[in-house]
Amino acid sequence: MDRRTAIKWMLTAAASVAALRRDSFGADEPGTGAPAVGYGTDPDLLKVYKPGDLWQLTFTAAQRATAAALCDTIIPADAKGPSASSLKVPDFIDEWISAPYDGHAADKKTIIDGLTWLDAEAQKRFKNDFTGLIASQKNAICDDICYTAKAKPEFTKAAQFFKKFRDLTAGGYYTTPEGMKDIGYVGNVPLATFDGPPPEVLKKLGLA
Amino acid sequence: MPLITSNKTQPTYDVIVVGSGAAGGQTAYTCAMEGAKVLMLEAGRNYDPVTETPMFQTNGQAPLRGGNTTDKPFGFHDATVDGGWSVPGEPYTSASDDPERKFWWWRARMMGGRTNHWGRISLRNGPYDFKPYSRDGLGFDWPLRYEDVAPYYDKTEMLVGVFGTSPGMENTPDSPPGVLLPPPKARAGEMLAQQRAKQLGIPVIPIHRAVLTVQQDANRLPAILHPNNPKAQRVLADAMRSRAACFWATPCGRGCSIKANYQSTTVHIPPALATGNLDILPNAMAREVTYDGSGKATGVIYIDKATGQEGRVQGKVIVLAASSAESVRILLNSKSAQFPNGLANSSGKVGKYIMDTVGASLNGHIPALEDLPLHNEDGAGGAHVYVPWWLYKEQLAGKLGFARGYHIEFSSGRHMPSATTAAGMEWITGGSYGRKFKEDARRYYGTAMGFAGRGEMIPNDDSYCDLDPKMKDKWGIPVLRFHWKWSAHETRQAAHMQKTFAAIIESMGGKVRTPPTEGRKAIEPGGKIIHEVGGTIMGADPKTSVTNQWCQTWDVKNLFITDGGPFVSNADKNPTLTIMALAWRSSDYIIDQLRKGNL
Ligand SMILES: Cc1cc2nc3c(=O)[nH]c(=O)nc-3n(C[C@H](O)[C@H](O)[C@H](O)COP(=O)(O)OP(=O)(O)OC[C@H]3O[C@@H](n4cnc5c(N)ncnc54)[C@H](O)[C@@H]3O)c2cc1C
Ligand code: SF4
Repeated sequence: MDRRTAIKWMLTAAASVAALRRDSFGADEPGTGAPAVGYGTDPDLLKVYKPGDLWQLTFTAAQRATAAALCDTIIPADAKGPSASSLKVPDFIDEWISAPYDGHAADKKTIIDGLTWLDAEAQKRFKNDFTGLIASQKNAICDDICYTAKAKPEFTKAAQFFKKFRDLTAGGYYTTPEGMKDIGYVGNVPLATFDGPPPEVLKKLGLA
Repeated sequence: MPLITSNKTQPTYDVIVVGSGAAGGQTAYTCAMEGAKVLMLEAGRNYDPVTETPMFQTNGQAPLRGGNTTDKPFGFHDATVDGGWSVPGEPYTSASDDPERKFWWWRARMMGGRTNHWGRISLRNGPYDFKPYSRDGLGFDWPLRYEDVAPYYDKTEMLVGVFGTSPGMENTPDSPPGVLLPPPKARAGEMLAQQRAKQLGIPVIPIHRAVLTVQQDANRLPAILHPNNPKAQRVLADAMRSRAACFWATPCGRGCSIKANYQSTTVHIPPALATGNLDILPNAMAREVTYDGSGKATGVIYIDKATGQEGRVQGKVIVLAASSAESVRILLNSKSAQFPNGLANSSGKVGKYIMDTVGASLNGHIPALEDLPLHNEDGAGGAHVYVPWWLYKEQLAGKLGFARGYHIEFSSGRHMPSATTAAGMEWITGGSYGRKFKEDARRYYGTAMGFAGRGEMIPNDDSYCDLDPKMKDKWGIPVLRFHWKWSAHETRQAAHMQKTFAAIIESMGGKVRTPPTEGRKAIEPGGKIIHEVGGTIMGADPKTSVTNQWCQTWDVKNLFITDGGPFVSNADKNPTLTIMALAWRSSDYIIDQLRKGNL
């Protein structure tokens, strides 16, 4: 493209942006959504991505440590799978809250404020950071915030944080190979035939 | 003839096709196979599913675990590139600020358009669906009958490959023997729904989807589809042999690198190119159809997106297949002394009667599906069963309070885990965390079932599009402005859908997540189901319609519209199979008229 054409383009592009503003649609309105500065509308779909590849992450070392401790309180190791932090789930949560897309800034505030609250609450109750608590102390706090419908008024905000954090932890965990195995996903392999549910499933459902 | 750049176009073509999706793909395929020299203009970039589809990539390998963003509104690995509810630099507007009166317009700017990621549900319209006005006095009749389209449904199903059955149900046509491919077995949740819904009188039957459950019969089909045309038969046989059968893994919405499902880029375009009769010019944004002032269209003016320059191409026949609303836009932007309100618009009907599908949904948790022995439920990458509309008699007797039907689509099964797996479970777990949460995640995985209604909307005077008086896109082309309104027929239908879904969920012993609500809240916004059709409706009278039954505009006889624009009604059946069948029928007519020297 020569310079003159380039300038002409920039001017028309600027004019259409101005027109959008004038008609003042919100960003999540149909048709006029403001383009985010993310991976763009035509990213390489075959590549494998890691948190931090596309945009800068947010957590400080202390926030990451608190996040890891909470991740493992939500998803600890057991016989069927490892803990969330051992699969780098905190990095995914960081990627999520740092993303330049609609809604993620709000999640960032929820998560960062929540982690700050968690350490303050741990200090208040047990004179220690959340990471320094023993399991029963962590559970004492989590029991108060793990169910939004039942949380006492003073814990409403913390419960909303916990809910969001648990959802992210689960999403981060169950999408890893270990997490997929843990939850019992056995697909994503080519098969010669699709035979439907096996006899033991049909039997259990009363469909045999 | 191949994929070309602007400076390589021929001086003239027999047929110029704008758009490369279901409509453009089918039109270019039929015309090129029958020997016409065809140029296809596509606004998006070239796209090759064979090399670009992320087949086995897991969500863990994608940014944000594959979750939706404004850049990739249906998830990172979804096939759509350069598309979505908004396309940067290419806005559209709504005449009203009222959210209930806004229209959502999904566009895919890429070779193959929306066919790269569509749901592949391929249902025939039935006999009632072509004569709705005669049946209940609402909307309009089509200027053709089911019998006129049936041979083209047969051909399209054989060409693209559709699985399903022919159970002989009312207004849910059977396909002749040898046309459909065998359906896959139902999944656990689908079978349970089938058993329980039956007690409510609701039939659950195999769905029809454009997926090859077995390889196509390359020895038999080409001769049926292209009689007396050995070259086309040979080209098609080769193309069919290059398509593998589904291997029961990988989500169809990402596209299919082994060509086991239908997308224009794997099924229509490769054989059309192999004839040597097709040139494809990608990155070419058609702006207007040129007109010679004496009743004929002469060509197309487009913007070459690579250079920003204007280009012109000439052809004997111009076919708009840019998706129904985009074809309206091109016509309205093609102004001349004879057609000051847009080409082929002497009726004033261009842009009128746009329709979407009525959508409402409800989800439930089905305890019977908890803790099932592990097994693979990937299947054919989408639903295997559905419920066709089953209350024709009650409806005709006026017992339902809304005039047209809907079908039900299901989602069930243990999908590949995503960013939202095991999320939002508080309502069943009571807020578990720790080891208990892990047990709950295993127990409840795959126990959610979703039911979505897809219903017929009746065309109305308040749902249309025109040009925005001020706004232009980044190419300087005036953009569309949408006007939208649901009638009580649609909102009552949406309420009925949710009540039905609640009944099905309860019949399965399940718990409804959010209870049914009133129709105006239950109904999805206009456009959200992405089945928009109409805007250039066909008819028997040039004063009240834009095209005749051949998708040929009344005003300009060498100008055709083969996308969903000419739809006169929007049956509950998803529109794409009908778009392709009518595009094929129209293309046969074009070829015939070209041979007779009439165009
Ligand atoms: C998520 C999703 C699921 C769906 N599921 C189903 C389903 O299960 N069953 C069903 O029947 N339908 C389904 N549909 C709808 C289906 O995709 C469309 O009906 C079908 O693709 C329409 O074909 P078309 O050729 O008219 O438009 P498209 O497929 O959209 O193709 C239009 C093409 O024209 C190009 N174009 C547009 N403007 C211009 C221009 N000015 N110049 C040049 N080129 C231009 C576009 O870039 C595009 O490539 C679904 C759609 C979506 C998005
Ligand atoms: S499920 Fe089958 S048809 Fe769909 S993408 Fe996978 S292999 Fe292709």
